[in-house]
Amino acid sequence: MAILSKDEAQQILKKVIGFSKADGIEANLNGNDGGNIRYARNSVSTSGEDSNVNLGVQSYFGKKSGTATINEFDDASLEKVVKRSEELSQLAPENPEFMEPLSQQAYQDSKTFFDSTANITPDYRAQAAANSINPAAAKDVTAAGYLTDNRGFSALMNSKGLFAYGKSTSVDFTVTMRTNDGTGSGWVTRSFNDVSKLDTAEASKVAIDKALQSRNAKAIEPGKYTVILEPAAAGDLIGLMFFGMNARQADEGRSFMSKKGGGTKLGEKIVDERVNIYTDPWNEEVPAFGFTGNGLARKKMDIIKGGVVSNLFYDRYWASQKNVEPVPFPGNRIMDGGTASLEDMIKDTKKGVLVTRFWYIRPVDPQTLLYTGLTRDSTFFIENGKIKHPVKNFRFNESPIIMLNNLETLGKQVRVGNGEGGGAPSLIPYMKIRDFTFTSLSDAV
Amino acid sequence: MRRRDFVQLTGLGLGGLMLPLGANSNPVSLEALLDSPLLASQKKVLADVALNTAKGLGATYTDVRIGRYLNQFISTRENKVQNIVNTESFGVGVRVIAKGTWGFAATNDVTPDGIKKATERAVAIAKANSKFQKEPVKLAPVQGYGEVTWNTPIQKNSFEVPVSEKVDLLLRTNSGALKNGASFANSNLFQVNEQKYFASSDGSYIDQDVHRIWPTFTVSVIDRASGKFKSRDAMSAPMGMGYEYLVPKNEDKLSGPAGMVLYRNSYDIVEDASIAAKQAKEMITAKSVEPGKYDLVLEPNHLGLTIHESIGHPLELDRILGYEANYAGTSFASIDKLKSGTFNYGSKQINIFADKTQVGSLGAVGYDDEGVKCKRWDLIKDGILVNFEAIRDQVHILGQNESHGCCYAQSWNDVQFQRMPNVSLAPGKDPYSSEQMIKAVEKGIYIAGRGSYSIDQQRYNFQFGGTTFYEIKNGQITGMLNDVAYQSNTQEFWNSCVKVCDEKDYRMFGSFFDGKGQPSQVSAVSHGSSTSRFNAVNVINTGRTI
Repeated sequence: MAILSKDEAQQILKKVIGFSKADGIEANLNGNDGGNIRYARNSVSTSGEDSNVNLGVQSYFGKKSGTATINEFDDASLEKVVKRSEELSQLAPENPEFMEPLSQQAYQDSKTFFDSTANITPDYRAQAAANSINPAAAKDVTAAGYLTDNRGFSALMNSKGLFAYGKSTSVDFTVTMRTNDGTGSGWVTRSFNDVSKLDTAEASKVAIDKALQSRNAKAIEPGKYTVILEPAAAGDLIGLMFFGMNARQADEGRSFMSKKGGGTKLGEKIVDERVNIYTDPWNEEVPAFGFTGNGLARKKMDIIKGGVVSNLFYDRYWASQKNVEPVPFPGNRIMDGGTASLEDMIKDTKKGVLVTRFWYIRPVDPQTLLYTGLTRDSTFFIENGKIKHPVKNFRFNESPIIMLNNLETLGKQVRVGNGEGGGAPSLIPYMKIRDFTFTSLSDAV
Repeated sequence: MRRRDFVQLTGLGLGGLMLPLGANSNPVSLEALLDSPLLASQKKVLADVALNTAKGLGATYTDVRIGRYLNQFISTRENKVQNIVNTESFGVGVRVIAKGTWGFAATNDVTPDGIKKATERAVAIAKANSKFQKEPVKLAPVQGYGEVTWNTPIQKNSFEVPVSEKVDLLLRTNSGALKNGASFANSNLFQVNEQKYFASSDGSYIDQDVHRIWPTFTVSVIDRASGKFKSRDAMSAPMGMGYEYLVPKNEDKLSGPAGMVLYRNSYDIVEDASIAAKQAKEMITAKSVEPGKYDLVLEPNHLGLTIHESIGHPLELDRILGYEANYAGTSFASIDKLKSGTFNYGSKQINIFADKTQVGSLGAVGYDDEGVKCKRWDLIKDGILVNFEAIRDQVHILGQNESHGCCYAQSWNDVQFQRMPNVSLAPGKDPYSSEQMIKAVEKGIYIAGRGSYSIDQQRYNFQFGGTTFYEIKNGQITGMLNDVAYQSNTQEFWNSCVKVCDEKDYRMFGSFFDGKGQPSQVSAVSHGSSTSRFNAVNVINTGRTI
């Protein structure tokens, strides 16, 4: 039941719209089949599957709206949920910011669904975990990992004739490998729509090697360092920057995008001119739906081009107030990379720090987009073009805006998944940054 | 803690609001929130279906949780109601031990047939996973309590208060802030009711009605000329209380420095928003802190988060053992350190206790989610580490034979596991007020309210901000400070504590969104303390220019 075809979804939604007696109605039909396996101490700790289909109906009278949902799909249930949403809308206070649903939009399909992932079985998950645990145990390393896969669909219809449908699959894998003497730790992340690209043995080997190489880290003084950030680390800070690029907050003066004296930094250069960040739902590495939950069409769109802010995100209400087109929050994030390999970047570094990932990143000052957090699971000191030794973890206090102004080199892009920068899949390059601010040392391994 | 989720809920993150719906949560009408779909006697019949089915399939232990989880969330900004959401989630989760291994399955089909099928799945999963099990699950014994009930001792069920009354309170809150100079005001009210029925093959049938409430706001002041903006969040605490928390009582108000008012067991949200607006205005021109060593005077609504991160989490036995290594992390607090009996976690002033029975706290319940009666126990005594936080299947690793009763699942469709109980700092025994504490400080900073927080995966190095900061010079508050954050190491920090105020100053901080596990689950937890002094802590300046 969980994955309905376009025709099946359309058929249900048409019935829903037909039951409406309100000024208008919008219905979202979503379904998911998910599975996961979690392991720790070189042993599976939990595994499970869940399945869910939900219909959400929003009816409105004037500027009063009400939402109801149901997970039964016979005619009587569909009629009941429409009636319930109409009753709720009559009870609701008027919302001056309410926007009527959109009329039909033009959407472009995106290749987000892969049968390989849709057909994952519990046996696959168990084998994926075994392929991670067994090589760890053989090297005196303890594995703790998590694999989660999902197949789902999303459909939307309203009384103004709009219909949208998409289905997608995803698989996310992370594993932390810790040496049994407690002095080394490595980590790896993989994220794909197509599980045939995932090899948990290959990924686990990267983490095991890092765990072994990071044993007995030495302390070096905190301060400003040239850093090479692996894509997972850089992607977290880039992702967090996206959350701050809301147009309304910028217009209201409470954003790092607000300008002294009023106005916003839209159209201004805020970072190094080599920085190009954009969204493209049709990118094959990080595909996303061509529509948003409220039916806006997504498109390929620059966010930062040549270091200049090209777009802020406008919801429909704020766009109507400012007489601009709405700009939906992107379904993916892509930053242009360069040609340098990680080896090239290390070779060209006189003195620096190689960072695998960041952890516990939290905002410190929204005015400057300053964040604090720590390095984790393998941090290395680079001297005269070579990795010299592992170093103890650092706490950083840094803003992605300052970071992208201090850009030295861009490397190759890699897809990163659900990190601390939010859920959207991202294609992020390795990057070398000068003067990255580490403010203290951590004893954590 | 999933701060980002909350920011999105309040509309400060993205343009639109996201519904705070969990999996299988359905928006419902107000009337439906007050319905009672099943009597305890009916739930017992259903629970017995699971217990009998599992036993017949060879399970050696079974517990079943029939849960109805209600939420109401009201969000406003300035003079507008942005969103009112009522949700209900109803279903059953069955957990078994078969072949020495845990299995779990859940369903929203709360019928004998639905429960039977879920139980069969749980047993099948346990048997399938048993091939990966290194050693069989070993449970600490627990008494069967028979048919018992427990209710949060509320005076006024917040779900019975008309929405119009709550909306009116939030709009008056915003108006109070705007009248006092705020440029923007967002306010929110979260209300939670967990109706949980637990039964186990140990002979317990436990019916509990749990309530929580969290009123909060963010008040912002914008200075267009300088381009600066500053925000001040509410000094409320999420509480395990009913609507009576929002009926202010004078005896619950404490005077803080520089005209601050701090709140204990009831909260005056309109008053606090008015004060917040004035403070946010003052922040625009407040001086930037000079980095260096300061004696910190930390108020309970601030100190609670430091307790949470640097004591509550590191003492969770499952993370100490490595079960959270791939997500939340492990811990510096090893079993060896505990067993030594000499590990100096803090100074002699530091007495930390866990307590799942504390009235008004978020974690208070009669029994945990595996049927263990809740209690209070010591974690740190006179500065020495004396115990951890553990549940039935792990406490034997500590050589103890009684669970601490801190097992929790965020919903019926999530498996229960070890969660942080309320962890609190005991007040000082000698009479001592926060005024006396400030007077004794030569060079220091008074910090109130929660702010930025971050700690490493083994809980050594942390950095905390706050809501408001006041400079102390020679025993006097001299003015407000900006750009303050302190960095320290857990053991060093707690050993730098030289004084804890007495019980008159004791109050709770709380969090609705403590995150742990994969898939991640949230839980709500409180941390009590009195204002405390920490000497010579490293303060950094977080001001930057972009």
